[in-house]
Amino acid sequence: MNAFSHPAAVAPTIGYASDERALIPPAVKPRKTGTRRRLALGRAIPFGALIGPALLIVVWSIGSVAGLIDPRTLPAPWSVVGTAVDLIAEGKLQGHLMTSAWRAAQGLVFGVLIGSVLALISGLSRLGEAIIDGPVQIKRAIPTLALIPLLMLWFGIGEGMKVTTIALAVLIPIYIQTHSSLRSIDSRYVELAQTLRMGYGEFIREVILPGALPGFFLGLRFAVTYAWLSLVVVEQVNATSGIGYMIDLARNYGQTDIVIVGLVLYALLGLASDGIVSFFQERSLSWRRTLAD
Amino acid sequence: MASHLGGLSGAPVVRVESLIRSFGPRTILDGLSLDIDKGEFVALLGRSGSGKSTLLRALADLDDKVSGSGRLETPDKKSVVFQDARLLPWKRVLENVMLGLNLPDAAKRGRAALEEVGLGGRENAWPVELSGGEQQRVALARSLVRDPELLLADEPFGALDALTRLRMHDLLRQLCARHQPAVLLVTHDVDEAVTLADRVLVLDKGGIVADIAIDIPTPRDHGDRRFGEIRSELLRHLGVETKPVLPV
Ligand SMILES: Nc1ncnc2c1ncn2[C@@H]1O[C@H](COP(=O)(O)OP(=O)(O)OP(=O)(O)O)[C@@H](O)[C@H]1O
Ligand SMILES: [Mg+2]
Repeated sequence: MNAFSHPAAVAPTIGYASDERALIPPAVKPRKTGTRRRLALGRAIPFGALIGPALLIVVWSIGSVAGLIDPRTLPAPWSVVGTAVDLIAEGKLQGHLMTSAWRAAQGLVFGVLIGSVLALISGLSRLGEAIIDGPVQIKRAIPTLALIPLLMLWFGIGEGMKVTTIALAVLIPIYIQTHSSLRSIDSRYVELAQTLRMGYGEFIREVILPGALPGFFLGLRFAVTYAWLSLVVVEQVNATSGIGYMIDLARNYGQTDIVIVGLVLYALLGLASDGIVSFFQERSLSWRRTLAD
Repeated sequence: MASHLGGLSGAPVVRVESLIRSFGPRTILDGLSLDIDKGEFVALLGRSGSGKSTLLRALADLDDKVSGSGRLETPDKKSVVFQDARLLPWKRVLENVMLGLNLPDAAKRGRAALEEVGLGGRENAWPVELSGGEQQRVALARSLVRDPELLLADEPFGALDALTRLRMHDLLRQLCARHQPAVLLVTHDVDEAVTLADRVLVLDKGGIVADIAIDIPTPRDHGDRRFGEIRSELLRHLGVETKPVLPV
Protein backbone atom coordinates (compact mmCIF):
# COMPACT_ATOMS: atom_id res chain seq x y z
CA MET A 1 0.00 0.00 0.00
CA ASN A 2 2.74 2.43 0.95
CA ALA A 3 4.81 1.34 -1.96
CA PHE A 4 1.98 2.24 -4.32
CA SER A 5 1.33 5.62 -2.85
CA HIS A 6 4.95 6.66 -3.31
CA PRO A 7 5.91 5.26 -6.69
CA ALA A 8 8.76 7.73 -7.08
CA ALA A 9 10.35 6.62 -3.86
CA VAL A 10 10.55 2.97 -4.81
CA ALA A 11 11.26 3.31 -8.53
CA PRO A 12 15.07 2.96 -8.22
CA THR A 13 14.80 -0.40 -6.45
CA ILE A 14 11.90 -2.31 -7.96
CA GLY A 15 9.98 -2.93 -11.17
CA TYR A 16 10.91 -2.18 -14.75
CA ALA A 17 11.68 1.41 -13.90
CA SER A 18 15.01 0.30 -12.55
CA ASP A 19 15.68 -1.85 -15.63
CA GLU A 20 15.13 1.13 -17.89
CA ARG A 21 17.33 3.30 -15.81
CA ALA A 22 20.02 0.71 -15.95
CA LEU A 23 20.25 1.23 -19.74
CA ILE A 24 20.70 4.96 -19.42
CA PRO A 25 23.78 6.11 -17.57
CA PRO A 26 22.70 8.61 -14.90
CA ALA A 27 25.33 11.11 -16.09
CA VAL A 28 23.68 11.34 -19.51
CA LYS A 29 20.14 11.78 -18.27
CA PRO A 30 20.01 13.09 -14.73
CA ARG A 31 16.61 12.99 -13.14
CA LYS A 32 15.24 16.47 -12.69
CA THR A 33 12.87 16.11 -9.79
CA GLY A 34 12.11 19.84 -9.81
CA THR A 35 10.41 19.72 -13.20
CA ARG A 36 8.16 16.75 -12.47
CA ARG A 37 4.61 17.54 -13.39
CA ARG A 38 2.34 17.97 -10.40
CA LEU A 39 -1.23 16.79 -10.49
CA ALA A 40 -2.52 19.59 -8.29
CA LEU A 41 -3.16 22.97 -9.91
CA GLY A 42 -0.36 25.49 -9.63
CA ARG A 43 -0.52 28.77 -7.84
CA ALA A 44 -3.54 30.98 -8.62
CA ILE A 45 -2.93 33.81 -11.11
CA PRO A 46 -3.55 37.17 -9.41
CA PHE A 47 -6.82 38.67 -10.71
CA GLY A 48 -6.92 35.80 -13.19
CA ALA A 49 -10.69 36.01 -13.43
CA LEU A 50 -10.45 39.48 -14.99
CA ILE A 51 -8.20 38.49 -17.87
CA GLY A 52 -10.89 36.93 -20.06
CA PRO A 53 -13.43 39.79 -19.77
CA ALA A 54 -10.70 42.40 -20.28
CA LEU A 55 -9.68 40.67 -23.48
CA LEU A 56 -13.31 40.73 -24.67
CA ILE A 57 -13.55 44.48 -24.08
CA VAL A 58 -10.29 45.05 -25.95
CA VAL A 59 -11.60 43.13 -28.96
CA TRP A 60 -14.90 45.00 -28.76
CA SER A 61 -13.09 48.39 -28.64
CA ILE A 62 -10.79 47.57 -31.53
CA GLY A 63 -13.75 46.34 -33.54
CA SER A 64 -15.63 49.60 -32.89
CA VAL A 65 -12.69 51.88 -33.71
CA ALA A 66 -11.85 49.99 -36.86
CA GLY A 67 -15.49 50.21 -37.94
CA LEU A 68 -15.83 46.45 -38.08
CA ILE A 69 -18.82 46.55 -35.74
CA ASP A 70 -21.94 48.44 -36.81
CA PRO A 71 -22.95 50.76 -33.89
CA ARG A 72 -26.61 49.78 -34.47
CA THR A 73 -25.66 46.17 -33.78
CA LEU A 74 -23.28 46.91 -30.95
CA PRO A 75 -22.41 50.49 -29.91
CA ALA A 76 -18.83 51.19 -28.87
CA PRO A 77 -17.93 50.60 -25.22
CA TRP A 78 -17.53 54.33 -24.53
CA SER A 79 -20.94 55.25 -25.94
CA VAL A 80 -22.48 52.55 -23.70
CA VAL A 81 -20.64 54.11 -20.76
CA GLY A 82 -21.91 57.54 -21.83
CA THR A 83 -25.49 56.26 -21.94
CA ALA A 84 -25.05 54.74 -18.48
CA VAL A 85 -23.77 58.05 -17.13
CA ASP A 86 -26.76 59.88 -18.62
CA LEU A 87 -29.18 57.34 -17.17
CA ILE A 88 -27.57 57.71 -13.76
CA ALA A 89 -27.72 61.50 -13.98
CA GLU A 90 -31.45 61.27 -14.72
CA GLY A 91 -31.82 58.92 -11.76
CA LYS A 92 -33.46 56.27 -13.94
CA LEU A 93 -30.80 53.59 -13.63
CA GLN A 94 -30.72 53.63 -9.83
CA GLY A 95 -34.49 53.42 -9.65
CA HIS A 96 -34.72 50.41 -11.97
CA LEU A 97 -31.77 48.79 -10.26
CA MET A 98 -33.28 49.16 -6.80
CA THR A 99 -36.60 47.74 -7.93
CA SER A 100 -34.96 44.74 -9.55
CA ALA A 101 -32.53 44.09 -6.72
CA TRP A 102 -35.35 44.27 -4.17
CA ARG A 103 -37.44 41.76 -6.13
CA ALA A 104 -34.53 39.37 -6.51
CA ALA A 105 -33.58 39.69 -2.84
CA GLN A 106 -37.11 38.98 -1.64
CA GLY A 107 -37.50 35.99 -3.92
CA LEU A 108 -34.09 34.72 -2.92
CA VAL A 109 -34.75 34.99 0.80
CA PHE A 110 -38.11 33.24 0.61
CA GLY A 111 -36.84 30.59 -1.79
CA VAL A 112 -33.73 29.84 0.25
CA LEU A 113 -35.66 29.63 3.51
CA ILE A 114 -38.38 27.40 2.13
CA GLY A 115 -35.91 25.25 0.16
CA SER A 116 -33.67 24.69 3.20
CA VAL A 117 -36.53 23.85 5.53
CA LEU A 118 -38.01 21.42 3.00
CA ALA A 119 -34.60 19.81 2.47
CA LEU A 120 -34.12 19.35 6.20
CA ILE A 121 -37.56 17.88 6.79
CA SER A 122 -37.28 15.58 3.82
CA GLY A 123 -33.66 14.69 4.59
CA LEU A 124 -34.24 13.86 8.23
CA SER A 125 -37.46 11.89 8.13
CA ARG A 126 -38.81 9.17 5.91
CA LEU A 127 -42.33 10.52 6.17
CA GLY A 128 -41.11 14.03 5.32
CA GLU A 129 -39.36 12.65 2.26
CA ALA A 130 -42.45 10.75 1.17
CA ILE A 131 -44.54 13.91 1.34
CA ILE A 132 -42.11 16.55 0.12
CA ASP A 133 -39.73 14.97 -2.34
CA GLY A 134 -42.30 14.04 -4.99
CA PRO A 135 -43.87 17.48 -5.37
CA VAL A 136 -40.45 19.15 -5.48
CA GLN A 137 -39.31 16.79 -8.23
CA ILE A 138 -42.50 17.56 -10.16
CA LYS A 139 -41.93 21.29 -9.73
CA ARG A 140 -38.38 20.76 -10.91
CA ALA A 141 -39.63 19.20 -14.13
CA ILE A 142 -41.78 22.27 -14.94
CA PRO A 143 -39.80 25.24 -16.26
CA THR A 144 -40.39 28.38 -14.20
CA LEU A 145 -41.35 30.23 -17.35
CA ALA A 146 -44.23 27.85 -17.91
CA LEU A 147 -45.65 28.59 -14.48
CA ILE A 148 -45.97 32.33 -15.06
CA PRO A 149 -49.44 32.29 -16.65
CA LEU A 150 -50.81 30.32 -13.71
CA LEU A 151 -49.06 32.53 -11.19
CA MET A 152 -50.50 35.58 -12.94
CA LEU A 153 -53.97 34.15 -12.57
CA TRP A 154 -53.39 33.42 -8.90
CA PHE A 155 -51.41 36.46 -7.80
CA GLY A 156 -52.26 39.06 -10.43
CA ILE A 157 -49.47 40.96 -12.11
CA GLY A 158 -48.09 42.72 -9.05
CA GLU A 159 -44.98 42.18 -6.98
CA GLY A 160 -46.42 39.07 -5.33
CA MET A 161 -46.38 37.18 -8.60
CA LYS A 162 -42.83 38.25 -9.39
CA VAL A 163 -41.43 37.37 -5.97
CA THR A 164 -43.26 34.03 -5.97
CA THR A 165 -41.87 33.12 -9.38
CA ILE A 166 -38.34 33.90 -8.25
CA ALA A 167 -38.76 32.06 -4.95
CA LEU A 168 -40.09 28.98 -6.75
CA ALA A 169 -37.09 28.96 -9.05
CA VAL A 170 -34.64 29.46 -6.19
CA LEU A 171 -36.15 26.79 -3.98
CA ILE A 172 -35.27 23.95 -6.34
CA PRO A 173 -31.47 24.03 -6.38
CA ILE A 174 -31.36 24.79 -2.66
CA TYR A 175 -33.57 21.80 -1.94
CA ILE A 176 -31.82 19.40 -4.31
CA GLN A 177 -28.27 20.20 -3.27
CA THR A 178 -28.91 20.49 0.46
CA HIS A 179 -30.92 17.29 0.50
CA SER A 180 -28.34 15.28 -1.41
CA SER A 181 -25.46 16.63 0.67
CA LEU A 182 -27.36 15.84 3.86
CA ARG A 183 -28.15 12.32 2.75
CA SER A 184 -24.55 11.64 1.82
CA ILE A 185 -23.20 12.49 5.26
CA ASP A 186 -20.93 9.62 6.20
CA SER A 187 -22.77 7.09 8.34
CA ARG A 188 -19.62 6.75 10.40
CA TYR A 189 -20.28 10.21 11.78
CA VAL A 190 -23.78 9.17 12.72
CA GLU A 191 -22.27 6.22 14.56
CA LEU A 192 -19.86 8.55 16.29
CA ALA A 193 -22.68 10.81 17.41
CA GLN A 194 -24.39 7.76 18.83
CA THR A 195 -21.36 6.59 20.80
CA LEU A 196 -20.85 10.12 22.12
CA ARG A 197 -24.46 10.08 23.27
CA MET A 198 -25.35 13.29 21.52
CA GLY A 199 -28.93 14.46 21.87
CA TYR A 200 -30.99 14.91 18.70
CA GLY A 201 -30.60 18.68 18.79
CA GLU A 202 -26.88 18.47 19.18
CA PHE A 203 -26.67 15.85 16.45
CA ILE A 204 -28.50 18.18 14.03
CA ARG A 205 -26.39 21.14 15.04
CA GLU A 206 -22.98 19.49 15.09
CA VAL A 207 -23.26 16.82 12.43
CA ILE A 208 -26.21 17.33 10.09
CA LEU A 209 -26.10 21.07 9.46
CA PRO A 210 -22.34 21.35 8.96
CA GLY A 211 -22.41 18.18 6.88
CA ALA A 212 -25.11 19.61 4.63
CA LEU A 213 -23.46 23.02 4.33
CA PRO A 214 -21.32 22.25 1.26
CA GLY A 215 -24.46 21.23 -0.63
CA PHE A 216 -26.37 24.23 0.63
CA PHE A 217 -23.71 26.61 -0.68
CA LEU A 218 -23.53 24.84 -4.00
CA GLY A 219 -27.31 25.19 -4.20
CA LEU A 220 -27.07 28.82 -3.21
CA ARG A 221 -24.73 29.62 -6.06
CA PHE A 222 -27.19 28.09 -8.50
CA ALA A 223 -30.03 29.82 -6.67
CA VAL A 224 -28.54 33.27 -7.13
CA THR A 225 -28.16 32.68 -10.84
CA TYR A 226 -31.72 31.35 -11.05
CA ALA A 227 -33.00 34.38 -9.16
CA TRP A 228 -31.60 36.80 -11.75
CA LEU A 229 -32.73 34.54 -14.54
CA SER A 230 -36.33 34.46 -13.41
CA LEU A 231 -36.18 38.16 -12.63
CA VAL A 232 -35.37 38.85 -16.27
CA VAL A 233 -38.28 36.73 -17.36
CA VAL A 234 -40.88 38.24 -15.04
CA GLU A 235 -39.74 41.78 -15.70
CA GLN A 236 -39.96 41.38 -19.43
CA VAL A 237 -43.28 39.61 -19.31
CA ASN A 238 -45.01 42.16 -17.23
CA ALA A 239 -43.54 45.11 -15.38
CA THR A 240 -43.56 48.87 -15.26
CA SER A 241 -40.17 49.22 -13.60
CA GLY A 242 -36.94 47.34 -13.16
CA ILE A 243 -34.00 46.60 -15.41
CA GLY A 244 -35.94 44.10 -17.47
CA TYR A 245 -38.61 46.74 -18.15
CA MET A 246 -35.91 49.25 -19.08
CA ILE A 247 -34.44 46.80 -21.58
CA ASP A 248 -37.82 45.93 -23.02
CA LEU A 249 -38.69 49.60 -23.46
CA ALA A 250 -35.35 50.33 -25.12
CA ARG A 251 -35.91 47.47 -27.52
CA ASN A 252 -39.17 49.08 -28.63
CA TYR A 253 -37.30 52.24 -29.54
CA GLY A 254 -34.27 50.51 -30.97
CA GLN A 255 -31.94 51.93 -28.31
CA THR A 256 -29.26 49.26 -28.45
CA ASP A 257 -27.01 51.18 -26.05
CA ILE A 258 -29.61 51.07 -23.26
CA VAL A 259 -30.16 47.39 -23.89
CA ILE A 260 -26.41 46.87 -23.50
CA VAL A 261 -26.36 48.94 -20.31
CA GLY A 262 -29.10 46.69 -18.92
CA LEU A 263 -27.24 43.54 -19.89
CA VAL A 264 -24.00 44.78 -18.36
CA LEU A 265 -25.95 45.59 -15.23
CA TYR A 266 -27.35 42.06 -15.10
CA ALA A 267 -23.85 40.68 -15.55
CA LEU A 268 -22.49 42.85 -12.75
CA LEU A 269 -25.33 41.91 -10.44
CA GLY A 270 -24.89 38.24 -11.19
CA LEU A 271 -21.13 38.35 -10.71
CA ALA A 272 -21.33 40.43 -7.55
CA SER A 273 -23.90 38.18 -5.93
CA ASP A 274 -21.99 35.06 -6.90
CA GLY A 275 -18.86 36.65 -5.47
CA ILE A 276 -20.62 37.36 -2.21
CA VAL A 277 -21.90 33.79 -1.98
CA SER A 278 -18.52 32.25 -2.76
CA PHE A 279 -16.90 34.54 -0.20
CA PHE A 280 -19.17 33.17 2.51
CA GLN A 281 -18.81 29.69 1.09
CA GLU A 282 -15.05 29.79 1.46
CA ARG A 283 -15.25 31.23 4.92
CA SER A 284 -17.68 28.65 6.22
CA LEU A 285 -16.04 25.71 4.50
CA SER A 286 -12.48 26.59 5.43
CA TRP A 287 -12.05 23.15 6.98
CA ARG A 288 -12.01 21.53 3.56
CA ARG A 289 -8.98 20.76 1.47
CA THR A 290 -9.76 20.42 -2.19
CA LEU A 291 -8.04 20.49 -5.56
CA ALA A 292 -8.50 24.25 -5.74
CA ASP A 293 -6.44 24.92 -2.60
CA MET B 1 0.26 -0.23 34.35
CA ALA B 2 -2.08 -0.93 37.16
CA SER B 3 -1.98 -4.61 36.54
CA HIS B 4 -4.89 -6.54 37.71
CA LEU B 5 -4.10 -10.17 37.38
CA GLY B 6 -6.59 -12.83 38.16
CA GLY B 7 -9.58 -10.51 38.18
CA LEU B 8 -10.26 -10.86 41.88
CA SER B 9 -12.26 -7.67 42.42
CA GLY B 10 -16.05 -7.43 42.79
CA ALA B 11 -18.67 -7.37 40.06
CA PRO B 12 -17.42 -7.25 36.46
CA VAL B 13 -18.22 -4.09 34.47
CA VAL B 14 -18.91 -6.04 31.31
CA ARG B 15 -20.93 -9.19 31.37
CA VAL B 16 -21.80 -11.03 28.19
CA GLU B 17 -23.73 -14.27 28.22
CA SER B 18 -24.77 -16.50 25.33
CA LEU B 19 -24.42 -13.70 22.84
CA ILE B 20 -25.62 -14.60 19.37
CA ARG B 21 -25.22 -12.33 16.39
CA SER B 22 -25.88 -13.28 12.81
CA PHE B 23 -25.95 -11.69 9.40
CA GLY B 24 -28.59 -13.51 7.39
CA PRO B 25 -27.89 -17.23 7.54
CA ARG B 26 -24.35 -16.74 8.84
CA THR B 27 -23.98 -16.88 12.60
CA ILE B 28 -20.94 -14.84 13.54
CA LEU B 29 -21.11 -14.93 17.34
CA ASP B 30 -22.51 -18.18 18.59
CA GLY B 31 -23.29 -18.23 22.30
CA LEU B 32 -20.32 -16.15 23.32
CA SER B 33 -19.73 -15.37 27.00
CA LEU B 34 -17.27 -12.89 28.42
CA ASP B 35 -16.66 -10.93 31.62
CA ILE B 36 -14.41 -7.93 31.98
CA ASP B 37 -13.51 -6.66 35.43
CA LYS B 38 -13.29 -3.10 36.58
CA GLY B 39 -10.08 -1.55 35.29
CA GLU B 40 -9.04 -4.70 33.46
CA PHE B 41 -7.26 -4.42 30.12
CA VAL B 42 -8.42 -7.14 27.75
CA ALA B 43 -7.09 -7.62 24.25
CA LEU B 44 -9.12 -9.51 21.67
CA LEU B 45 -7.39 -11.36 18.87
CA GLY B 46 -8.93 -13.33 16.08
CA ARG B 47 -8.69 -14.03 12.41
CA SER B 48 -10.06 -11.51 9.96
CA GLY B 49 -13.79 -12.07 9.73
CA SER B 50 -13.95 -13.94 13.04
CA GLY B 51 -16.38 -11.39 14.46
CA LYS B 52 -14.19 -9.15 16.61
CA SER B 53 -15.78 -5.97 15.33
CA THR B 54 -19.20 -7.55 15.58
CA LEU B 55 -18.61 -8.21 19.29
CA LEU B 56 -17.22 -4.76 19.89
CA ARG B 57 -20.12 -3.12 18.11
CA ALA B 58 -22.53 -5.14 20.21
CA LEU B 59 -20.82 -3.85 23.35
CA ALA B 60 -20.92 -0.31 21.96
CA ASP B 61 -24.68 -0.53 21.23
CA LEU B 62 -23.95 0.05 17.56
CA ASP B 63 -25.62 -3.07 16.24
CA ASP B 64 -29.31 -2.26 16.37
CA LYS B 65 -29.69 -3.52 12.79
CA VAL B 66 -28.11 -6.91 13.53
CA SER B 67 -30.24 -9.85 14.52
CA GLY B 68 -29.33 -11.80 17.60
CA SER B 69 -29.96 -12.57 21.21
CA GLY B 70 -28.16 -12.89 24.51
CA ARG B 71 -27.49 -10.96 27.66
CA LEU B 72 -25.29 -7.88 27.56
CA GLU B 73 -24.38 -5.73 30.52
CA THR B 74 -22.16 -2.76 29.91
CA PRO B 75 -21.62 0.43 31.88
CA ASP B 76 -23.31 3.64 30.76
CA LYS B 77 -20.05 5.49 30.67
CA LYS B 78 -18.22 3.97 27.77
CA SER B 79 -16.22 5.32 24.91
CA VAL B 80 -15.28 3.94 21.53
CA VAL B 81 -12.09 4.49 19.58
CA PHE B 82 -12.39 3.44 15.96
CA GLN B 83 -9.70 2.44 13.51
CA ASP B 84 -10.08 5.78 11.79
CA ALA B 85 -9.86 8.72 14.17
CA ARG B 86 -13.34 9.75 13.07
CA LEU B 87 -12.99 13.42 13.83
CA LEU B 88 -15.65 15.72 12.44
CA PRO B 89 -13.73 17.57 9.72
CA TRP B 90 -15.72 20.77 10.25
CA LYS B 91 -14.88 21.03 13.93
CA ARG B 92 -11.61 22.22 15.32
CA VAL B 93 -9.60 19.83 17.45
CA LEU B 94 -10.82 21.07 20.82
CA GLU B 95 -14.45 21.12 19.65
CA ASN B 96 -14.04 17.55 18.49
CA VAL B 97 -12.84 16.51 21.92
CA MET B 98 -15.73 18.32 23.59
CA LEU B 99 -18.44 16.82 21.36
CA GLY B 100 -21.39 15.55 23.34
CA LEU B 101 -19.83 16.71 26.60
CA ASN B 102 -22.47 18.81 28.22
CA LEU B 103 -20.56 19.97 31.26
CA PRO B 104 -19.92 23.53 32.40
CA ASP B 105 -16.17 22.91 32.42
CA ALA B 106 -16.11 20.98 29.13
CA ALA B 107 -13.55 23.30 27.54
CA LYS B 108 -11.23 23.02 30.51
CA ARG B 109 -11.46 19.24 30.52
CA GLY B 110 -10.97 19.16 26.76
CA ARG B 111 -7.79 21.20 27.01
CA ALA B 112 -6.51 19.00 29.80
CA ALA B 113 -7.22 15.86 27.78
CA LEU B 114 -5.38 17.27 24.76
CA GLU B 115 -2.50 18.19 27.02
CA GLU B 116 -2.44 14.58 28.25
CA VAL B 117 -2.09 13.16 24.75
CA GLY B 118 0.63 15.65 23.97
CA LEU B 119 -1.41 17.95 21.77
CA GLY B 120 -1.58 21.00 24.01
CA GLY B 121 -1.45 24.08 21.78
CA ARG B 122 -3.16 22.39 18.81
CA GLU B 123 -6.67 23.11 20.10
CA ASN B 124 -7.58 25.34 17.17
CA ALA B 125 -6.18 23.18 14.38
CA TRP B 126 -8.53 21.59 11.85
CA PRO B 127 -8.44 17.78 11.74
CA VAL B 128 -7.00 17.81 8.19
CA GLU B 129 -4.02 19.69 9.51
CA LEU B 130 -3.01 16.82 11.80
CA SER B 131 -1.02 13.71 10.98
CA GLY B 132 -2.67 10.30 11.26
CA GLY B 133 -1.08 9.64 14.63
CA GLU B 134 -2.08 13.04 15.95
CA GLN B 135 -5.65 12.51 14.80
CA GLN B 136 -5.76 9.20 16.61
CA ARG B 137 -4.45 10.92 19.74
CA VAL B 138 -7.27 13.44 19.49
CA ALA B 139 -9.66 10.49 19.27
CA LEU B 140 -8.07 9.06 22.43
CA ALA B 141 -8.47 12.41 24.18
CA ARG B 142 -12.10 12.53 23.07
CA SER B 143 -12.69 9.08 24.59
CA LEU B 144 -10.92 9.71 27.86
CA VAL B 145 -12.32 13.16 28.53
CA ARG B 146 -15.60 11.51 29.49
CA ASP B 147 -13.95 9.33 32.13
CA PRO B 148 -15.29 6.07 30.73
CA GLU B 149 -15.61 2.95 32.82
CA LEU B 150 -15.19 0.99 29.62
CA LEU B 151 -13.01 1.87 26.66
CA LEU B 152 -13.75 -0.04 23.47
CA ALA B 153 -11.11 0.18 20.78
CA ASP B 154 -11.29 -1.50 17.38
CA GLU B 155 -7.81 -1.70 15.92
CA PRO B 156 -7.12 1.89 16.95
CA PHE B 157 -3.52 1.78 15.79
CA GLY B 158 -4.05 -0.34 12.70
CA ALA B 159 -3.50 2.52 10.30
CA LEU B 160 -0.37 3.87 11.98
CA ASP B 161 3.25 3.18 11.14
CA ALA B 162 5.24 0.89 13.44
CA LEU B 163 7.10 3.67 15.23
CA THR B 164 4.02 5.74 15.92
CA ARG B 165 2.27 2.61 17.07
CA LEU B 166 4.91 1.96 19.71
CA ARG B 167 4.53 5.53 20.95
CA MET B 168 0.79 5.10 21.08
CA HIS B 169 1.24 1.92 23.15
CA ASP B 170 3.17 3.88 25.76
CA LEU B 171 0.60 6.63 25.71
CA LEU B 172 -2.32 4.24 26.03
CA ARG B 173 -0.60 2.45 28.91
CA GLN B 174 -0.08 5.73 30.77
CA LEU B 175 -3.59 6.93 30.15
CA CYS B 176 -5.09 3.67 31.31
CA ALA B 177 -2.96 3.69 34.45
CA ARG B 178 -4.27 7.15 35.24
CA HIS B 179 -7.93 6.78 34.28
CA GLN B 180 -8.36 3.10 35.09
CA PRO B 181 -11.08 2.23 32.57
CA ALA B 182 -11.78 -1.36 31.69
CA VAL B 183 -10.48 -1.80 28.14
CA LEU B 184 -11.40 -4.09 25.31
CA LEU B 185 -8.81 -3.68 22.60
CA VAL B 186 -9.39 -5.43 19.30
CA THR B 187 -6.17 -5.97 17.43
CA HIS B 188 -4.47 -8.05 14.76
CA ASP B 189 -1.12 -7.64 16.37
CA VAL B 190 -0.22 -10.40 18.80
CA ASP B 191 2.74 -8.46 20.22
CA GLU B 192 0.54 -5.44 20.80
CA ALA B 193 -1.93 -7.60 22.68
CA VAL B 194 0.70 -9.23 24.87
CA THR B 195 2.48 -5.93 25.54
CA LEU B 196 -0.59 -4.05 26.67
CA ALA B 197 -3.15 -6.39 28.10
CA ASP B 198 -3.81 -8.07 31.42
CA ARG B 199 -5.66 -10.80 29.57
CA VAL B 200 -5.72 -11.83 25.92
CA LEU B 201 -8.67 -13.54 24.30
CA VAL B 202 -8.84 -15.31 20.97
CA LEU B 203 -12.12 -15.33 19.12
CA ASP B 204 -12.81 -18.13 16.68
CA LYS B 205 -15.88 -19.86 15.28
CA GLY B 206 -18.23 -17.64 17.22
CA GLY B 207 -16.72 -18.09 20.67
CA ILE B 208 -13.72 -17.41 22.87
CA VAL B 209 -11.25 -20.25 22.24
CA ALA B 210 -8.41 -18.97 24.40
CA ASP B 211 -8.28 -16.81 27.48
CA ILE B 212 -4.75 -16.19 28.65
CA ALA B 213 -3.74 -14.03 31.61
CA ILE B 214 -0.48 -12.25 30.89
CA ASP B 215 1.69 -12.84 33.92
CA ILE B 216 4.64 -10.79 32.77
CA PRO B 217 5.56 -7.73 34.85
CA THR B 218 5.39 -4.41 33.03
CA PRO B 219 7.12 -2.89 31.17
CA ARG B 220 7.23 -5.96 28.98
CA ASP B 221 10.12 -6.91 26.80
CA HIS B 222 9.36 -8.57 23.47
CA GLY B 223 12.53 -10.62 23.78
CA ASP B 224 11.45 -12.06 27.10
CA ARG B 225 11.16 -15.86 27.13
CA ARG B 226 7.70 -15.90 28.67
CA PHE B 227 6.62 -13.31 26.10
CA GLY B 228 7.74 -15.68 23.37
CA GLU B 229 5.85 -18.60 24.88
CA ILE B 230 2.63 -16.66 25.13
CA ARG B 231 3.09 -15.36 21.62
CA SER B 232 3.48 -18.88 20.21
CA GLU B 233 0.51 -20.13 22.15
CA LEU B 234 -1.65 -17.31 20.82
CA LEU B 235 -0.42 -17.82 17.30
CA ARG B 236 -1.31 -21.48 17.57
CA HIS B 237 -4.84 -20.55 18.57
CA LEU B 238 -4.94 -18.21 15.60
CA GLY B 239 -4.06 -21.11 13.34
CA VAL B 240 -0.51 -19.99 12.63
CA GLU B 241 2.02 -22.73 13.37
CA THR B 242 5.33 -21.32 14.50
CA LYS B 243 8.60 -23.12 14.80
CA PRO B 244 10.07 -22.53 18.23
CA VAL B 245 12.29 -19.60 17.35
CA LEU B 246 15.09 -18.76 19.72
CA PRO B 247 14.57 -15.42 21.40
CA VAL B 248 16.46 -12.71 19.57
N1 LIG C 1 -23.12 -5.38 7.99
C1 LIG C 1 -22.81 -6.65 7.66
N2 LIG C 1 -23.58 -7.33 6.80
C2 LIG C 1 -23.27 -8.62 6.49
N3 LIG C 1 -22.23 -9.28 6.97
C3 LIG C 1 -21.43 -8.66 7.83
C4 LIG C 1 -21.67 -7.30 8.22
N4 LIG C 1 -20.70 -6.93 9.09
C5 LIG C 1 -19.90 -7.99 9.22
N5 LIG C 1 -20.32 -9.02 8.48
C6 LIG C 1 -19.69 -10.34 8.40
O1 LIG C 1 -19.48 -10.82 9.69
C7 LIG C 1 -18.22 -11.45 9.79
C8 LIG C 1 -17.46 -10.86 10.96
O2 LIG C 1 -17.18 -9.52 10.67
P1 LIG C 1 -16.33 -8.62 11.63
O3 LIG C 1 -16.26 -7.28 11.03
O4 LIG C 1 -16.85 -8.73 13.01
O5 LIG C 1 -14.90 -9.32 11.54
P2 LIG C 1 -13.57 -8.92 12.25
O6 LIG C 1 -13.17 -10.04 13.14
O7 LIG C 1 -13.67 -7.60 12.87
O8 LIG C 1 -12.57 -8.88 11.02
P3 LIG C 1 -11.36 -7.90 10.75
O9 LIG C 1 -10.26 -8.37 11.60
O10 LIG C 1 -11.06 -8.11 9.31
O11 LIG C 1 -11.81 -6.52 11.08
C9 LIG C 1 -17.53 -11.26 8.46
O12 LIG C 1 -17.58 -12.48 7.78
C10 LIG C 1 -18.34 -10.23 7.76
O13 LIG C 1 -18.41 -10.53 6.39
MG1 LIG D 1 -12.91 -5.63 12.41
